[in-house]
Amino acid sequence: MIRLEEVTKVFPGADRPAVSSLSLHIPEGEFVTLVGPSGCGKTTTLKMINRIIEPTSGRIEVGGRDVMSMEPHLLRRSIGYVIQQVGLLPHRTVEENIATVPRLLGWDRDRIERRVAEMSELVGLGADLLERYPAELSGGQQQRVGVARALAADPPVLLMDEPFGAVDPIVREHLQQEFKDLWRRLGKTVVFVTHDIDEAVRMGTRVAILNVGGVLEQYDRPEEILANPANDFVSRFLGEERGLRRLALMPVSSAGLDRGPVVEITATPEEARAVMDAHGSDWLGLLDGGRLLGWVPAAEVGTSPLADLEPREFLVILRPEDSLRRALDAVVTSRTRVAVVVGEQGYLGMLDIDRVAEEITE
Amino acid sequence: MIDFLGQVWDWFGDPANWTGNRGLPGLLRSHVFLSAVSVATAAVVALPVAVWLGHTRRGGALAVSLVNVGRAIPSFGLIGVFFPLTLMFEPTSRPLGFWATFIAMVALAMPPMFVNAYTGIREIDPALTEAARGMGMTGRQVLTGVELPLALPLVMAGIRNAAVAVVATVTLSAWVGCSSLGTYVFVGFAQRDRVMVFAGGLAVALLSIVTELTLGGVERLVDPLRPMRRRRR
Amino acid sequence: MIDWGWIASNLDDIWEATLQHLFHSVLAVGIGLVVSFALSLVALRWKAAYGPITWVTGVLYTIPSIALFTFLVPVFGLTSIWTAQVALVSYTLLILVRNIVAGIRSVPDHVVEASRGMGMTEARIFREVQLPLALPAIIAGVRVAAVTTIGLVTLTVIVGQGGYGLFILRGIGRRFLTEALVGTVGAVLMAVVVDRALVALERAATPWARRRAA
Repeated sequence: MIRLEEVTKVFPGADRPAVSSLSLHIPEGEFVTLVGPSGCGKTTTLKMINRIIEPTSGRIEVGGRDVMSMEPHLLRRSIGYVIQQVGLLPHRTVEENIATVPRLLGWDRDRIERRVAEMSELVGLGADLLERYPAELSGGQQQRVGVARALAADPPVLLMDEPFGAVDPIVREHLQQEFKDLWRRLGKTVVFVTHDIDEAVRMGTRVAILNVGGVLEQYDRPEEILANPANDFVSRFLGEERGLRRLALMPVSSAGLDRGPVVEITATPEEARAVMDAHGSDWLGLLDGGRLLGWVPAAEVGTSPLADLEPREFLVILRPEDSLRRALDAVVTSRTRVAVVVGEQGYLGMLDIDRVAEEITE
Repeated sequence: MIDFLGQVWDWFGDPANWTGNRGLPGLLRSHVFLSAVSVATAAVVALPVAVWLGHTRRGGALAVSLVNVGRAIPSFGLIGVFFPLTLMFEPTSRPLGFWATFIAMVALAMPPMFVNAYTGIREIDPALTEAARGMGMTGRQVLTGVELPLALPLVMAGIRNAAVAVVATVTLSAWVGCSSLGTYVFVGFAQRDRVMVFAGGLAVALLSIVTELTLGGVERLVDPLRPMRRRRR
Repeated sequence: MIDWGWIASNLDDIWEATLQHLFHSVLAVGIGLVVSFALSLVALRWKAAYGPITWVTGVLYTIPSIALFTFLVPVFGLTSIWTAQVALVSYTLLILVRNIVAGIRSVPDHVVEASRGMGMTEARIFREVQLPLALPAIIAGVRVAAVTTIGLVTLTVIVGQGGYGLFILRGIGRRFLTEALVGTVGAVLMAVVVDRALVALERAATPWARRRAA
């Protein structure tokens, strides 16, 4: 979808290039994050794609067409663009902001109106906000308008320059999640600049790690980068929590689950003690027809039927799509020192610390 | 045009224009005297009030409205209004039209002086005056030892702005019969003498520039941070 | 002290002078705005030009207005409307250029960049983004220029033009307070009314700024 070939940018008066002969191929429908330290040319690279910055040499294609062969303003109308400060037009209402590109494209009024309604619903903006001016919105709302505005003309490509950098951490995580979901539904090709490696590996289907001067150090799926950093620079950039970051990308379902010291409530106390002994466990999990009821300490398992016990709830119950990083967190914080996993059909199994460690070292 | 400027040159070279009541030295003296007493009077009235209000941090709205009103009232109008009024009291100690011009010039000079002095003191970092108080300075010592020296460049800039405006506007005194460099402009228009009109205007403009430069120099001299600025250069 | 009878019997003249005064003021500020706009465009396009432009307009601003009239006399004559207008216009330029340029430059870079990124042409960005957002600064400049000009128009009677200055001059000649007062108060009232009108215009033209303040 987007192809950069030997692209170089030297700013006037600079002695070193900001980007040096960078080649990058971004297939259609991918979510590519560009990440690196400041001065790595990630933003410059992004802005050369829609010609906010003109490359010094090399070739950039979008959808098979050389961007230098197109009128810049026409090129840009076909590419969504979101920046950190959002850049909403302060003198225009939310509605008018979202309608900017459709208006430039000369859509008729009905179509624009329909599209604005559709977009604001898509990004979760209430209809009551449409008449407001940007200054009357919170940071998170402004960024939602920014995304809606970028998507309004249904461009196949979206360029995003640290779009969630200016909002507070809680809102940011929210917006990240929402946007990733949105991307899954819309299937746009996204190029996303960030300086935050966590954001890069969490959001991207591919991550391009750039070094100072616009040198591409590694370009791969995030799991692959975390598992096999190409060189010292990449592993240093990934930082000390590389293992944890990898776990954050792996779903619980990818790990093998143990059944654990768990019995149906219909079992006899003797059977229950045997299961606990087999697992070397000082607690017992109880199921009722596959549904997880909770757990009891070994000391409470006496001679009376298991149904008479009062099981305690597991504080954290994971779903198969949750990350192994959450599982690890559950393991180290729970009394039972395991993370239990429950799916649509009921209890699936559990993970202990050794299981999680196995996944990292694999 | 060249020819015309030649005539202006000749006008300045004509000894007749350097002597007597209508001579340049005499009119210059009247012009400067009228300007100086007006500015001095305005300073005596406006500055203490401005300094006191700035020190106590009161009267901000007054400062703003004073500037706006000052801009809206035409000096020529004030002269015109005070001319018949002052004649009613027949103060004969001065030439005709002197007092009308004087009052209008004081009114013209006060707003820029007041506003500069007021903001000069008002805008001093409160942390500075608080520190001064914290060291045990009295309110009066804070004013004389901290606020006034630091505000001095701005106060002087206000005096300069006022003086330049007054020097330019005193020209109008000629229309109420009080001599100044404006007399050339007034008489020139009356006699349809373009050369005299131009020469008068030129004299006023030159005096304005000299005033601006002189007071600008004084302003730099009284800047308490001058030694530092000089070292940096 | 005030001769109300004179005012009553001269209402027609007062009205005519009001119109003349307004005409001279509006014409001067209007021409000043057009010239300043052109100068501002030059200054915005070529940054190096801003210094020289403000220097020249600054010098024009510093020349005493009466002196400026006299300098224009050899060009336009003793009683030409242009002797008056050129001087008045010269006076507005510094304030207007400064405010226009500052207003345009104060538009945040990211707003301009986002507009560009959405595919607006440079001309469109100037027209639809930068200019509307600079409006408060521009109108602030026009207010100062208008109030100053209305005051200065009282002086154009010296070069044979009408307006309130005529009452002031005749009031002086006849030593007649009422007439001088009519000219002075008229000019002050006109300045206040025009200033208020411009404030109202700004509020009407910038609804986004108003709502934010609320």
